[in-house]
Amino acid sequence: MIHRRSPAATVFQYTALFALMFFLAFPLLWMLSTSFKGPRELVALIPSLIPVNPTIDNYFTAFREQDLVRSATNSLQLSLGSAILTVLVALPAAYGLARHASVLRRFTMSWILVSQIFPLILIIIPLFLILKTLHLLDSLSGLLVVYLVWSLPFTLWMLQSYVKAIPIELEEAASIDGAGRLRILRSIVLPLLAPGLVVAALFAFISAWNEFFFALVVLQSAELYTLPLTLARFIGSEGVVRLGPLAAASFIATLPSLVFFSFIQRHLRSGLLTGGVKG
Amino acid sequence: MARTRVSVRQVQHSPMLFLLPALVPVIAFSVLPLIEGIYLGFTDAKAGLIVDLAPNFLDNYVRLLSNDLFWQSFQIGIIWAVTTTLLQYVLGLSLALLMEQRLHFLWLARTLALVPWATPPVIVAIMWKLVYQPDIGLLNQSLRGVGIPVGELNWLADFNTAFPAVIVVGAWAGMAQTTVALVAGLKGIPVELHEAAASDGATAWQRFTHITWPQLRPVTDAIVSLNFIWNFNSFGLVYVLTEGGPGGKTMVPALFAYNEGFKYGHFGYAAAMGNVMVIVVLALLYVYLRRGRRGVE
Repeated sequence: MIHRRSPAATVFQYTALFALMFFLAFPLLWMLSTSFKGPRELVALIPSLIPVNPTIDNYFTAFREQDLVRSATNSLQLSLGSAILTVLVALPAAYGLARHASVLRRFTMSWILVSQIFPLILIIIPLFLILKTLHLLDSLSGLLVVYLVWSLPFTLWMLQSYVKAIPIELEEAASIDGAGRLRILRSIVLPLLAPGLVVAALFAFISAWNEFFFALVVLQSAELYTLPLTLARFIGSEGVVRLGPLAAASFIATLPSLVFFSFIQRHLRSGLLTGGVKG
Repeated sequence: MARTRVSVRQVQHSPMLFLLPALVPVIAFSVLPLIEGIYLGFTDAKAGLIVDLAPNFLDNYVRLLSNDLFWQSFQIGIIWAVTTTLLQYVLGLSLALLMEQRLHFLWLARTLALVPWATPPVIVAIMWKLVYQPDIGLLNQSLRGVGIPVGELNWLADFNTAFPAVIVVGAWAGMAQTTVALVAGLKGIPVELHEAAASDGATAWQRFTHITWPQLRPVTDAIVSLNFIWNFNSFGLVYVLTEGGPGGKTMVPALFAYNEGFKYGHFGYAAAMGNVMVIVVLALLYVYLRRGRRGVE
């Protein structure tokens, strides 16, 4: 049934595959390579993708850079806060959504779609005014609120599909055995939901860790800057010699989401996470 | 049985209680602000202590009509979104089709395909700045290496190269989700269709045009629409790469509206631009999806 490929077709396919793989990989590889190059090699006339004299000095320099460490701490606090808060708020709602509220389920889904169409400028201006009234402007708590509501709809959607996968008969059986509402939730639903909760928390963490636009508008003092803000400012202003530490810091900043994506790789095949992660 | 029914009914009283903690913040901090944002586009609101919320109706839009920079920005935005979306689709489809073949190294391709997705937008911009860097960037150094005299060409600051250079980055950044969606779409095409066509003597190209392409249509429409929306509204990538420069050559509408709102404090005017952006996106999507439907008929 299956046709044998002609040798020409095989050569063509491999050429195309390697070209695309090269295109995908080289920016990351170049950044990685830059991060291991000393100042002298950085400005060498003939570039090498693999550093001749690899050094980890750039990483030490990055860690000694106060701005970077402080903004990494800010980002970490914000992302952890967002992950915990989002899951805590989404958990009961996801349960309610999966088991009962069909109208609200439709509302959540439409909101996810509708919110994609509107440019962020339409939301950020009123949000800016609201945060200002609440004295939450230029504060990490203010940004945390924004991140919470921004990752909630998608987290909810994800979690409710996990709840739906738990057969309701299990809950009914426990109820027949005389278990109370809370008892059922705690001893049956929660343990079965654990993988879903981990994915949802990671999703909220990564969204906050990678986010740029809201942080740019809400935060004004440099001490509160998140990692993306500081890195973006860094590349705007610094000279060639500082590119090594910048590349090192950027690579460290990418690690959480690289790990996250390899972790959820198999979920991605179904397109489950399409959209939500993009900023 | 009777108990089961009672318990299920009992539960039905409480969903609101479960949902409130999520519903309240989402409505207060994103649904209502969005509605207010749309309304602000019809006011003369300015950044400052007192925000004037009296409607000025269509004033902003009349002013926008005569704002050349705004028109230019929309032109750039449409070229940017259409070209980037097209490139993302062509590259994504090529990769997805190759992944359906029996080749070696596909595991590596599958992993690499996720790299752009897993990289935060700001870091994507930083990576490519390192590639485009005039003195020690990979691109210039490689070109010099093969004897092309590029000098110190600053790809992102040159009038002729900045926009294409940014489009390449945009295509790279969106390749991952396009490939993932198209791979899922290709998996959904029944193998029997291909087998039947092959036994009728159809060539690979004929099978592509008569089976793969039409069968992939719904997935194509979905991912192209989404990519188009994301690209048209995208902000962070271009902001970090060029800040809209040189001379406004890469000033996409989202950036233009941001500057208007947060650099100059013209909230109402910026929101009006946001409203126009929504209309433009919806209009272009409508044209695209209608054309698609007519094509099928």
